[in-house]
Amino acid sequence: MAQLNVKISNLELKNPVMTASGTFGYGTEYADFIDLERLGGIFVKGTTLEPREGNSYPRMAETASGMLNAVGLQNKGVGYFIDHIYPEIKDFGTPIIVNVSGSSIDDYVACAEKLIDLEKVPAIELNISCPNVKEGGMAFGTSCKSAASVVKAVRSVYPKTLIVKLSPNVTDISEIALAVESEGADSVSLVNTFLGMAIDAEKRSPKLSTITGGLSGPCIKPIALRMVWEVFHAVKIPIIGMGGICNWQDAIEFILAGATAIEIGTYNFINPTASIKILEGIENYLDRHHINSVTDLIGQLEV
Amino acid sequence: MKKMLDMIVRSNEQLNYHNYLLKVSPADNSPLPVMKPGNFVQIEVKDSPNTFLRRPISVNYFDKQKNEMWLLVQDIGEGTHHICQSKENDILNIILPLGNSFTVPINADENCRLLLIGGGVGTAPMLYLGKVLQGQGFDPTFLLGGRSSQDLLQLDDFERTGTVYYTTEDGSKGEKGFVTDHSILQDQHFDYIYTCGPKPMMMAVAKYAHEKNIVCEVSLENLMACGFGACLCCVEKTTKGNLCTCTDGPVFDIKDLLWHN
Repeated sequence: MAQLNVKISNLELKNPVMTASGTFGYGTEYADFIDLERLGGIFVKGTTLEPREGNSYPRMAETASGMLNAVGLQNKGVGYFIDHIYPEIKDFGTPIIVNVSGSSIDDYVACAEKLIDLEKVPAIELNISCPNVKEGGMAFGTSCKSAASVVKAVRSVYPKTLIVKLSPNVTDISEIALAVESEGADSVSLVNTFLGMAIDAEKRSPKLSTITGGLSGPCIKPIALRMVWEVFHAVKIPIIGMGGICNWQDAIEFILAGATAIEIGTYNFINPTASIKILEGIENYLDRHHINSVTDLIGQLEV
Repeated sequence: MKKMLDMIVRSNEQLNYHNYLLKVSPADNSPLPVMKPGNFVQIEVKDSPNTFLRRPISVNYFDKQKNEMWLLVQDIGEGTHHICQSKENDILNIILPLGNSFTVPINADENCRLLLIGGGVGTAPMLYLGKVLQGQGFDPTFLLGGRSSQDLLQLDDFERTGTVYYTTEDGSKGEKGFVTDHSILQDQHFDYIYTCGPKPMMMAVAKYAHEKNIVCEVSLENLMACGFGACLCCVEKTTKGNLCTCTDGPVFDIKDLLWHN
């Protein structure tokens, strides 16, 4: 049996298969379908300092091989998470990683500080790439300067593993990755959703209340893969790859392109057991190719 | 407990120009979880390039003895078209049961008057609800509406379950007009109203119930991705904030909705 464990800085994962924030609720939504303990980690719903109602309905539009969403970080705030959700999920037997978002640098810092003492939250993922909120979110992730400043501020207060989730809506994603690496990020996760839109031709109106939204699903996979490849050649910190992963082949492709671990996102909606099937597929692939450890495969694309 | 099951199509009957009745059972003969009236399922659509998400379909009937579920599906797009083209013995991957259910009155007098209003394919969950109410000793009244007589479906099943009234927009069956125009709403008294159908119809029913101070539950069909509370796409604004139609609904008491504001 091949070794599946990987390390993201100080964060030790039993395997590289995790689930992406915003597609997996708090894990409990999937407890009927899979054994959550088998996952490498769970990235829970985007969390902000104060509660957020999110955007108006409609928030979703199906596309060919994917979907657009405009949820807008609906959540009950970090205080509610700590008091009411964390106690329910802390004993899942897998690391809980909280996706942190905010409208200002102070928001990010305050939210991150509140999460430090949670024993079963060994890492946070800074969301500087949400396309669905008016202030903050993606605005921080689309320039090197603002990305660096938010990472610097959070790094100065947050001692555990700090992952930064990058936006693909930039000219050169490796520049942003370098900027956050230089401010002390332990890892980058990529990609968040692509800004897109959908129109109802009959009604001549947008399908989303916000007009534009974030595109995800298998339609974005080739672009996400290319970005992981680019970032792998730019930074030294480990990469968590995601973007349209639906099966083990997709997962292996991301690892070959340079990802140390991967996240399953939108496809959880279609097949809530996909993460475990992908884990089993990776295991089988490694055994079939006589690879001792999944770490031997990272970035091993033969060109 | 929610399950993802491969289900075998036992039969698929075309009921009118765009509605199909599929009867499905677990392919491995495992017992179906208990389904309640108002529950829905999510059906995977294969081999349809423009369909990515599952299609939510309400439970039309659940036959525990036969371990069989009925799904009334309207062919309104590429996804539902694929489902409607299913043939006997085809396999459909289905996640079930999803959502909450209609409230069956507890400790109510059997003479309690229950009105079930369905419009178009929205009659689907009303059949199962009616069967359950009938099984509990109630005598449900149905008010079914459609554009014309050919849009009114499963009439034999409804007539075996309770007293049935009809409206059609062209007057080809029952009273002419919308369900809310029907004379029974003026002539008879009801204690509970349950409704499912196009949103404008449900809003009109809710307005009537609100004015008459009648308890009323509606079944919504907001666009959703997952169906089990993860994506937060199908929210409805309520007095308790944004709630998911898939987990907090699809059935809502109208007093929790903001339709009258």
